[in-house]
Amino acid sequence: MTVAVIQFGGSNCDRDSVRALAHLGIDAERVWYEDGLPADATGVMLPGGFSYGDYLRAGVMAARTPILEDVRAAASEGVPVLGVCNGAQIGCEAGLTPGAFTINESARFQCERVHVRVENADTPWTRAYDEGDVLDLPIAHGEGRFEASDETYDRLVDEERILLRYCDADGVVTDDANPNGSRGNVAGVLGDRETVAVMMPHPERATLPDLDGTDGAGLLRGFEAALAEV
Amino acid sequence: MTAYTATVTVRLKRGVLDPEAETTQRALERLGFELEDLRSADRFEVDLDAESATAAEERADDMAERLLANPTIHDYEVEVTER
Repeated sequence: MTVAVIQFGGSNCDRDSVRALAHLGIDAERVWYEDGLPADATGVMLPGGFSYGDYLRAGVMAARTPILEDVRAAASEGVPVLGVCNGAQIGCEAGLTPGAFTINESARFQCERVHVRVENADTPWTRAYDEGDVLDLPIAHGEGRFEASDETYDRLVDEERILLRYCDADGVVTDDANPNGSRGNVAGVLGDRETVAVMMPHPERATLPDLDGTDGAGLLRGFEAALAEV
Repeated sequence: MTAYTATVTVRLKRGVLDPEAETTQRALERLGFELEDLRSADRFEVDLDAESATAAEERADDMAERLLANPTIHDYEVEVTER
């Protein structure tokens, strides 16, 4: 299997993502967005960064590039797709996942560690965990506040498509533990298919043992888990 | 064909938090201004040629739907004038 990590102008987590996936034994390679999605890609990762300088809205320019048509088609066939940080913003702007990630409540860029609670462990991305597990992950974003209409939010809750919520170290979802004002403390959601997910925290920065913690490794293993279920 | 300017104003839906506007309001208050509230919006001025004002407006609508606004958080309005 080869996961295509798509590099846009201004992506900056593409190399980290390839390295973290390789560490887990998941073959991955960087793909320049103009080259289109390789036909044999068995997964797609939309990495973090500042594609197109966050012009207009974070992620929107990348979301309108032709390769996202390829990604949408692949996603609809069950190819696993994971968007992280700027990749999450791109995923929402492209309509792969519902809602939007917009300017933090603080109106500032925030680079810090957070705790997130696994809300649904019955998805490829969270199979490595139990429901209620608390993960220690880094965030680094200025536009990470999850917004959705009442109708969309209720649907996400009903359909158990909320993947992660910001919480305190004990796993309690509180306002104080919400770093950016996200609706319902939402840190990650699923698309129409459970093989498509986006999240603001960076699992690829919490995978290599020589960095600080490996709580994110299980999330990246979703690429394996998704294919195992096909 | 007639030359038009379509002005597209994109603003946050009522009830959606606007941290930049709140920060701007606080800065104005720090400067000693008295104000009740402040909202911000993005304005795009699009010069285009079209058969009619209606056609120009439709094209600008489409631009807003497909790129300039995000329906999850934004409302928008389009105003067309001859240029």
